[in-house]
Amino acid sequence: MYPIAYTGWMSLQEWFVSSVTPPRFIGLANYWKILFGDPRFREAVARTIYFTVLAVGAETILGLAMALLFNREFWGRGVLRTLAILPMVATPTAIGLVFVMMYHPTLGVANYLVTVVGLSPFRWTYSSQTALYALALVDVWQWTPLIMLIALAGLASLPREPYEAAHIDGASTLEAFWHITLPLLRPALVVAVLFRAIDALKTFDIIFVMTQGGPANSSETVNILLFNQAFSYFNLGYASSMAVALFAVVLGASMILIKVRRTASW
Amino acid sequence: MVRRRGARRVASTAGFYGLAVLFMLPTVFVFYWMITLSLKPQIEATAYPPSFVRFSVSMAGYREVFTKYPFLLYTWNSLVVAAGCTALGLAVGLPAAYSIARWRQQRLALAILVARIIPGIAYLIPWYIFFRQLRMVDTYGALILTHLIVGLPIIIWVMISFFEDVPGDLEDAGLIDGCSYFGVFWRIALPLVKPGIVATAILSFVFSWNNFLFSVILAGRETRTLPIAVYNMISYEEINWGTLAAAATLITLPVLLVALVAQRHIVTGLTFGAVKQ
Repeated sequence: MYPIAYTGWMSLQEWFVSSVTPPRFIGLANYWKILFGDPRFREAVARTIYFTVLAVGAETILGLAMALLFNREFWGRGVLRTLAILPMVATPTAIGLVFVMMYHPTLGVANYLVTVVGLSPFRWTYSSQTALYALALVDVWQWTPLIMLIALAGLASLPREPYEAAHIDGASTLEAFWHITLPLLRPALVVAVLFRAIDALKTFDIIFVMTQGGPANSSETVNILLFNQAFSYFNLGYASSMAVALFAVVLGASMILIKVRRTASW
Repeated sequence: MVRRRGARRVASTAGFYGLAVLFMLPTVFVFYWMITLSLKPQIEATAYPPSFVRFSVSMAGYREVFTKYPFLLYTWNSLVVAAGCTALGLAVGLPAAYSIARWRQQRLALAILVARIIPGIAYLIPWYIFFRQLRMVDTYGALILTHLIVGLPIIIWVMISFFEDVPGDLEDAGLIDGCSYFGVFWRIALPLVKPGIVATAILSFVFSWNNFLFSVILAGRETRTLPIAVYNMISYEEINWGTLAAAATLITLPVLLVALVAQRHIVTGLTFGAVKQ
């Protein structure tokens, strides 16, 4: 807890580590600057939220689809489970590096596959228009299995009776999914999505390794901006206030999570 | 009629496995690509169009990783930090989890949850200042302590649910027979949660092994861990893909192997117990 309090205290000061001057107390000026005076920070916040919504949205839809597909007895369940875990534990730095090579505009395998399918090649992380999407795709690759596993666990615990009743009443499979499966699965799904969202808001490794926020700041999320402020420009006071702001955003998401956990009964 | 139904079943099974392969293909492909790239000689690694199945195997990438860089030192650093972080995490986390589970300390449990949620970078700035003042930047101690912030909440959180499953009667019986609270914890509770200990130990090891954010700032020349080493290689090697892929493979493989051993509980840890398995 002490480091957190210290960050809070730091956020009220103006202090460059490299300079000889000691920290100077400037009250809430840093926060004032964040909220009203720094368009770059505001853009980073919007970008972070956009990245999170994009990645987690895709993960939820894909993960749910996969869970529905795999929710049955079949040969190779164990293999599937193993495969699903691998991307989640793989070192993000290494994964980022592999994707950098795959995304290479002229030599990368991604563009080769894209042209085989008949699309025109992209510039992936090498263009400011597509960089954020290309990064979100890595996140989707890594974390869709998590949503799938949680949804699978949720599906396994569903009761059988409502389906039989619905079947007798003549409901179609789609209707049964929409009116029975989805509502019953909601608590597990909400928790999964919020956990993912909390982590996606804090994504650092992959972005830092692959683009460092570029090209032209097009993938600069709050975490990256703050890291650079702190450890490239050594503007520690200002960076601290951004850290507090980021914490507030993540805490907001978490409060919802804790509330949901409490109301859900399982 | 019977035959037609059989044919339909075959078709539906084939369709199912077709879809299954389609969904899992990206997962497999990225790892496959990483490993094959690492085995290709330089010219073939950057050949376009790339070769998927037929290529000549070369160990040049791996040789370069070990001869051009002190890769063994980096591996050793990663091992020491991850093992230290795990050992310390268990030493602190197990009693904490036991106490939270046994005496239902909900507030503490909530604090652990918050610790899991705080962005790591919010810790990093004050740590950086402290460790600089203490002249502890570039020491194993600083890395182990900082990696604990990732590992400890997971150890505690997952172990709480394991300790909750230990029957209270058993512990009461131990107390009546003259065991101390620590004795009950050590002799009765701990042996019963052994599977959980193994799982959380592996998880905490993996998280420390993978950590980039803390090490990039706090590790120096002597204590640089593998993720940082690989990150630095990107700028040096540019398009020397065989070498880069070899390095990526070398840091990923141990984690993947370790994960296979404890796959069941890894899910619990990653979801932070969102779903009880």
